[in-house]
Amino acid sequence: MSAAWATAQPAIIRGEEAFQSARRSRRRATLIALAVVSVCLFVSAWVSEAYPSRLAAGLPRIGEYFAKILPDLRWASLFAGTGTEGSLAFWFYRLDDWALLLAQTANMAAIATLLGAIMGVPMAFLAASNTAPSRLVFHASRRFLEALRTVPDIVYALIFVWAFGVGPLAGVLAIAIHSAGALGKQCAEAVENIDNGPREGMVAAGANWFESCRFGALPLALNPILSYALLRFEVNLRSASVIGFVGAGGIGEELYKVISFNYYEEISAIILLVILAVVCIDVLSERLRRRVAGMA
Amino acid sequence: MLELQGLTRRFGARTAVSAVTLAIPAGQMVGVIGRSGAGKSTLLRMINRLTEPSEGRIVADGRDVTAMRGRALRGWRAECAMIFQQFNLVQRLDVLTNVLLGRLYHRPTISSLFKRFTAEERAQALATLDRFDLAEQALQRADTLSGGQQQRVAIARALMQKPRIMLADEPIASLDPRNATVVMEALARVNREDGLTVIVNLHHLDTARRYCDRIIAMDAGRVVFDGPPAELTAERVRDVYGVAEDEFHEGAETPALVA
Repeated sequence: MSAAWATAQPAIIRGEEAFQSARRSRRRATLIALAVVSVCLFVSAWVSEAYPSRLAAGLPRIGEYFAKILPDLRWASLFAGTGTEGSLAFWFYRLDDWALLLAQTANMAAIATLLGAIMGVPMAFLAASNTAPSRLVFHASRRFLEALRTVPDIVYALIFVWAFGVGPLAGVLAIAIHSAGALGKQCAEAVENIDNGPREGMVAAGANWFESCRFGALPLALNPILSYALLRFEVNLRSASVIGFVGAGGIGEELYKVISFNYYEEISAIILLVILAVVCIDVLSERLRRRVAGMA
Repeated sequence: MLELQGLTRRFGARTAVSAVTLAIPAGQMVGVIGRSGAGKSTLLRMINRLTEPSEGRIVADGRDVTAMRGRALRGWRAECAMIFQQFNLVQRLDVLTNVLLGRLYHRPTISSLFKRFTAEERAQALATLDRFDLAEQALQRADTLSGGQQQRVAIARALMQKPRIMLADEPIASLDPRNATVVMEALARVNREDGLTVIVNLHHLDTARRYCDRIIAMDAGRVVFDGPPAELTAERVRDVYGVAEDEFHEGAETPALVA
């Protein structure tokens, strides 16, 4: 027993030394990374003029703005008609118009997400390092997807409004292109994380590229792809409500109008409706995800 | 007749398979043995062209396999089916669809992408599954099956390719002894009843001796023995590997099959 301990000792000493030096270098790396991040933080704060003093000065004004847009509701007349001040109906006096515009916005977001997925998901297989047919295609499709998503959708919207005229079509196309770029990247990463065995099985059986991706990769990455698409739908609803600012349809045009005319109570009413719509989508997509996850 | 001529594969500075020359007549059941890292897998994967050879040629019935590209290459892959240690089924799909995927090379891509298989193809797949007692599980998801069942599904899928050669890369290394026996019996049936050439990588000499007509032993990328099982005696193993047979098995991942 004691003999075994004696022969084991050099190994313990060596192991402990190796452990200590590994820990030292890990700690040094952490400290360096922290220093670099804090320097970057200060530089970016300085460049973007995000000074604490300005922040402190501006914060109360945000509160003021919120106080202004809050409706003036009164208990006594809460459920009275649209003519009575202080009632819910007075606050949402244009609910019918807004509901219609919001429905248009939700449809814009839905069709844009669908178009984006139709374009982006197949491109993900070209842009995933494991399924890309060649290095050239891999790099080309990565750069292309970056180009699609780096240009803000509002810029695309301006271009399409100019080309197709004012209306939802311009908004839909702008959001779809941005979605294709974003979904393509996220789904490519989902595809890169799959087990490559089944796809290799397909290739070994004589399948071509389309078939090996369809059966050896898509089923394995389906859950994350669906999650990303549903999340994108949510993001797109938000985009679709802003994109109307440049005349690309939906509730955005109305929101832009009430903000620029300082119709304070209407701002809060519309924002509340948009939040409500996002909650609906979230609840529905959660259910859909659960069903698909349990499905074959 | 499958001929390997000076087949070599290097990964960087390491030579995984070194100048292997073999001739395998049609219908033979060949066991390739050797320890981990001996180059067995690389050799099999080169035959199916999943791994590109660095040097040498593969010739099948006079056709140069190493020069094939595109559709001709896919045709060759369909012709020499591959069985993997990890089965490589699509876990989310049902067993029947997995078996039907063996038809991919033989049918139009568009209808495959939408899973439009014909009733005839389904009948063929079900008949093949039935041969391995798996017809009842046809509509279950592949991941609900045991390892031994999954490997038999993989063999059924491989048969749907209408292959002439079946390559099995450590097909029983992830299975318990009982399932390993069932899978080895299935491979032997494929060899006997369908007349396929079977080349199977194995860790264990006993398994190879029991099922194969011919044993090829590899060490450090080279063929160090090639002959009938009877010739691979305990002394030959000691000569070839420098260790006794039970030492050879140390480090092997699967227990030996007891006859």
